[in-house]
Amino acid sequence: MDRFLFLTFDGLSRGAVYAAFALALVLIWRATRIVNFAQGAMAVATAYVAYSVADATGSYWLGFVVALVAGLLLGAGVERVVMRFVDHSSPLNGVVVALGLVLIIQGVLGMIYGNEFRPAPAPFSRDAFEIGGVALLSRYDLFVFAAVGAVVVLLTLLFTRTPTGLRMRAAAFAPDVSRLLGVPVGGMLTLGWALAAAVGSLAGMLVIPTELGLHPTAMDIVFISAFTAAVLGGLDSPIGSVLGGLLVGLLLSYISGYLGATVAPMAVLALLVVVLLSRPDGLFSRSKARTA
Amino acid sequence: MTVVRDRVTTRIASPPMRRRFSPLLIIVIGAAIVVALTYALPPFRTYQLATVGAYLCVTAGLTVLTGLNGQLSLGHGALMATGAYTLALWQNKFNLLAVGIVVAILVTTAVGAVIGLAAARLRGPYLAGLTLAVAVVVPSITSTFDETFNSDQGLSVILNPPPESMTVEQWQAWVCWGGALITVLALALLTRGRFGRDMRAVRDDETAARLAGISIARTQVAAFVVSAACAGLAGALFAVIAQSVSPGAFPLTLSLFLLMAIVIGGLGRLSGALIGAVLLVALPAVAHEIGEAAGSQRLEGNLALTFFGVVLVVVMLAAPGGLASLRIPRRWQFRTKKH
Repeated sequence: MDRFLFLTFDGLSRGAVYAAFALALVLIWRATRIVNFAQGAMAVATAYVAYSVADATGSYWLGFVVALVAGLLLGAGVERVVMRFVDHSSPLNGVVVALGLVLIIQGVLGMIYGNEFRPAPAPFSRDAFEIGGVALLSRYDLFVFAAVGAVVVLLTLLFTRTPTGLRMRAAAFAPDVSRLLGVPVGGMLTLGWALAAAVGSLAGMLVIPTELGLHPTAMDIVFISAFTAAVLGGLDSPIGSVLGGLLVGLLLSYISGYLGATVAPMAVLALLVVVLLSRPDGLFSRSKARTA
Repeated sequence: MTVVRDRVTTRIASPPMRRRFSPLLIIVIGAAIVVALTYALPPFRTYQLATVGAYLCVTAGLTVLTGLNGQLSLGHGALMATGAYTLALWQNKFNLLAVGIVVAILVTTAVGAVIGLAAARLRGPYLAGLTLAVAVVVPSITSTFDETFNSDQGLSVILNPPPESMTVEQWQAWVCWGGALITVLALALLTRGRFGRDMRAVRDDETAARLAGISIARTQVAAFVVSAACAGLAGALFAVIAQSVSPGAFPLTLSLFLLMAIVIGGLGRLSGALIGAVLLVALPAVAHEIGEAAGSQRLEGNLALTFFGVVLVVVMLAAPGGLASLRIPRRWQFRTKKH
């Protein structure tokens, strides 16, 4: 029972990261109908920048802020320079371009930093403190919950309570009408990409210290898990992606805990197959059919 | 209206076969050129030639799947791993290469059929995501069942020495190009006939194809199975060339490289598959030389990676219609097979 509780909290902590990452995917999907397959690579790139800054200045938090800012800039840059010019007549085009970005980012990172794992220390202790004799949560887990919770709340406020959020939603759902009404649709798309990439960077900063460390391909498996989470919740539903992320995190935690860590990747694949074949619109999707 | 137009373009796109050369003739000429090259080239170049042959098997299959049938697969690197590991396990038990290659193809075909069954129900990013997951996850299976697959170290492949009259490289080139030419011939014949028409019809307009009595799912699964078989053969040939298999040889980037190769080579054309296969060998070699000249180890592999990525993005952005326009060239030609 103690173990079950521990795995549950560990899973929720992991799931929070997947939720943030899935949320980033959903943000871009809703705005542009592109699944940003480069999201993982982009997050790794900003994490490398962050740890370079942290190493140089000795301050993790400065690096953390730099990661988020770098995410904003990278997201906006990718949208402005590349994604804007993708032809949308075939849904494959956006996918292929994003995969090209993956190759570029991983190649450049490998050239600058090399292809070995680099240590990525966590800002807080990852030792769980005991509550009533049971090891449940570490300070780091609390930090993860707080960070992801803050992001979810801020994004919700942005999209439901501010004029900018309203414009972003309008630009995503009816670009032509929005343009006629004076909404700068292009700018809103850039903003959406920037926000999504920053959220992705946050997820990367949170998950990389819990894994093997920094590596150009460090986020590959995280991306797959987050994609599964996003599909599980329905690619169109931000709330669904958060719940999907928590579910995937829990499931992976139980499977790693009871069956062994090496089984977890296969479990993700199996889950993705099952979800795609049985509920391709996701458990929480409101749209009636997927179009792409 | 759009349906009618699409049907018309489909018909124009595939005119009655005005062939000047039979595919068989091309294959014979190709085989003659390869044999001549194996005697003319130095050993390392012959080895590279063999690698081109192995790559050609998988790029040819993939270009049929993506170019003719419109399904994007990022999982072909994993399918190659399936073929390679099957051959390695077989060789280490029975040491009968010819049978082993057939077994590798069969096993990969079966795996491809499973993925294909799922893939036939998925479109666009969903299919890409699923096959991406396959590409990322399958190499990690070697750690899960490390008693069979020996984890990250991988397996060595027991092979009989080649006939005494030829060098190892020559023998490898002959085996690989034998496989590649048979693959190309089979695909050329297959895509010329009814199956090729069905695949194009499904790609261009599923509704129209269904109205014309074509089973969408069956065509898509069949296309996936055919290309999986090609990937299995390629994987087995890679195991023969390298005489070992390890998960590190089949990373996600391999699948992305394959995608790049067929996109640049020209989707749906077997000649494009050849161009792509040559690029897959030539570009890393060039990057290797640049890296050596610069004296930087980090540069070597990553330069090729970056270059592939840049080319992929530029090609996708510069071709105004992207994949959609690339996938309907003026004429469907499967006779081209040049060196």
